[in-house]
Amino acid sequence: MSAPETAEVLARNSDEAAEALISAQGLTKRFADFTAVDGIDFDVRRGEAFGFLGPNGAGKSSTMRMIGCVAPVTAGTLRILGRDPATQGPAIRARLGVVPQQDTLDLELTVRENLYVYGRYFGMSRAALRPKVDELMDFAQLSERANAKVEPLSGGMKRRLTIARSLINDPEILLLDEPTTGLDPQARHVLWDRLYRLKQAGVTLVLTTHYMDEAEQLCDRLVVMDGGRIVAEGSPQELIAAHSTREVAELRFAPGANAAAAERLSAALTGDRERIEALPDRVLLYVADGERAVARSHEIDLFPLSSLVRRSTLEDVFLRLTGRSLVD
Amino acid sequence: MTLEAPPTIAASNARASIALRVLPPGLYAGRGYVVLERAFRVYRRSWMVIFSGFFEPLFYLFALGTGLHKLVGTVLGPGGHPISYTAFIAPALLASSAMNGAVYDSTMNVFFKMKYAKLYDAMLATSLGPLDVALGEIGWALFRGGLYAAGFMIVMLVMGLMASAWAVLMLPAALLIACAFGAVGMAVTSYMKSFQDLDLVQVAILPMFLFSGTFYSLSVYPAWLRVVVECLPLHHGIAMLRGLNSGVLDGAMIAHVAYFLVMAAVGLVVTARRLDRLLLR
Repeated sequence: MSAPETAEVLARNSDEAAEALISAQGLTKRFADFTAVDGIDFDVRRGEAFGFLGPNGAGKSSTMRMIGCVAPVTAGTLRILGRDPATQGPAIRARLGVVPQQDTLDLELTVRENLYVYGRYFGMSRAALRPKVDELMDFAQLSERANAKVEPLSGGMKRRLTIARSLINDPEILLLDEPTTGLDPQARHVLWDRLYRLKQAGVTLVLTTHYMDEAEQLCDRLVVMDGGRIVAEGSPQELIAAHSTREVAELRFAPGANAAAAERLSAALTGDRERIEALPDRVLLYVADGERAVARSHEIDLFPLSSLVRRSTLEDVFLRLTGRSLVD
Repeated sequence: MTLEAPPTIAASNARASIALRVLPPGLYAGRGYVVLERAFRVYRRSWMVIFSGFFEPLFYLFALGTGLHKLVGTVLGPGGHPISYTAFIAPALLASSAMNGAVYDSTMNVFFKMKYAKLYDAMLATSLGPLDVALGEIGWALFRGGLYAAGFMIVMLVMGLMASAWAVLMLPAALLIACAFGAVGMAVTSYMKSFQDLDLVQVAILPMFLFSGTFYSLSVYPAWLRVVVECLPLHHGIAMLRGLNSGVLDGAMIAHVAYFLVMAAVGLVVTARRLDRLLLR
């Protein structure tokens, strides 16, 4: 590729990057007396992988359903591909791929037929579907099961088929609601690989998850939701930088001794962002330098049964922002 | 990746534009036939299930036609003409089986697909609208009902139970009955919460089958009861088919047809709106 061409491509790419495929202002979803989504703002740009993180009941799925044009917006504005879902739902849905939280595969049809019939729902022609179906079965590594019924397939296979199905109309935006929940590690990694390939191919991914490793693997940018609101926004690195420290030292003391140890250790903290958290079974020190914090503990004659120094992760950010108490 | 969708959307939008003027936006994409196409694919493999439904009215016809016919002999048919008892009940059994087939499909099958298989959720995540789904599913119930009706009519023909050339019209008439019951059945199903609720359907259907004049003329009832039965849909189906089979056509025929047209329209509109409420919220 010659230099001017490259420049042109780059210019076009940056133009596209600036374009918001999904844009929401004050987006709200209320059911009777319950507010699921409470006035959130966000933009999803072309080609990026955008994540909604949050505990159960944070409003992720409701937001996804509004983006998928299967749930009307209560208040605020939402534009998807420049269109209004209230009046142009079917036209928007024609350009979306949807992977719902629970598989909605057609159990009365085979693997191949699931893809074929789904394409027909979009009004695609039989001739266009034939090569497309083969290509997608290959993509989902299901070619050998082409004529098998869906019911006996493993969870991972069903999930891959659901993702393949969502791609039948060559969507510009792929919506994934907890794509890997309930899958074993192997199946999750295969799925991540497939999703990464789609991203490389230019598909805009919008996903919800409560797996932090998944968010770190896949998302360029994400928002953390809690109680229907967005409580933080940024890239995984930005979020860690903004809401946690560089390292975490986990010190495990004898049962019952953790709280007392935490109290004495709080004197060992230096930086203004550093903090300490006492859990029933261990003490977490959020610090810039974990090894130094462990050494400091030894200096004041506190010897934990075991200690571990690790990098801060999104999980630390998540727990910091949405709390440790159980939400159901 | 190239996008094939825009031209197809444009085409379907053009087709749907007329419908969109009378319906809320997004309710109809003009593509109910793809839902029907799915049903054909599913049942291509399990045609035995379909076949079994064909025998039910036949068993009734043989059991009652041969058995009771010996005891009853000839009865007064439409227009006061005497006909054999078997020829008297045959069109009524045809109407009943059109009802049964459509009701079974639009209650049991639809309930399962809606609540458990989440089939309609999947359909509505595409560019299809609720009316496409309703039309496709009712269309399937109709096709199945039509198959049964045609099979049964062939048996009637072979047994010499067709009393007039008008009897041919029993086929479209049976389809109209199936269409109306299918539409209302699906609308009713959309209000159901559990499989137990489905038992209520049988509570409505079985007495209607037994007491709508299937096996005897309504003249045996006291006047008030006759009025009640005459309001029921199956009575209109039976009277319509019995009249067509005997070739006795009067003004009541128009009333019967109108009854089912209204029933089908109401069922369809309620179904589309309920699917919208249930699945698009």
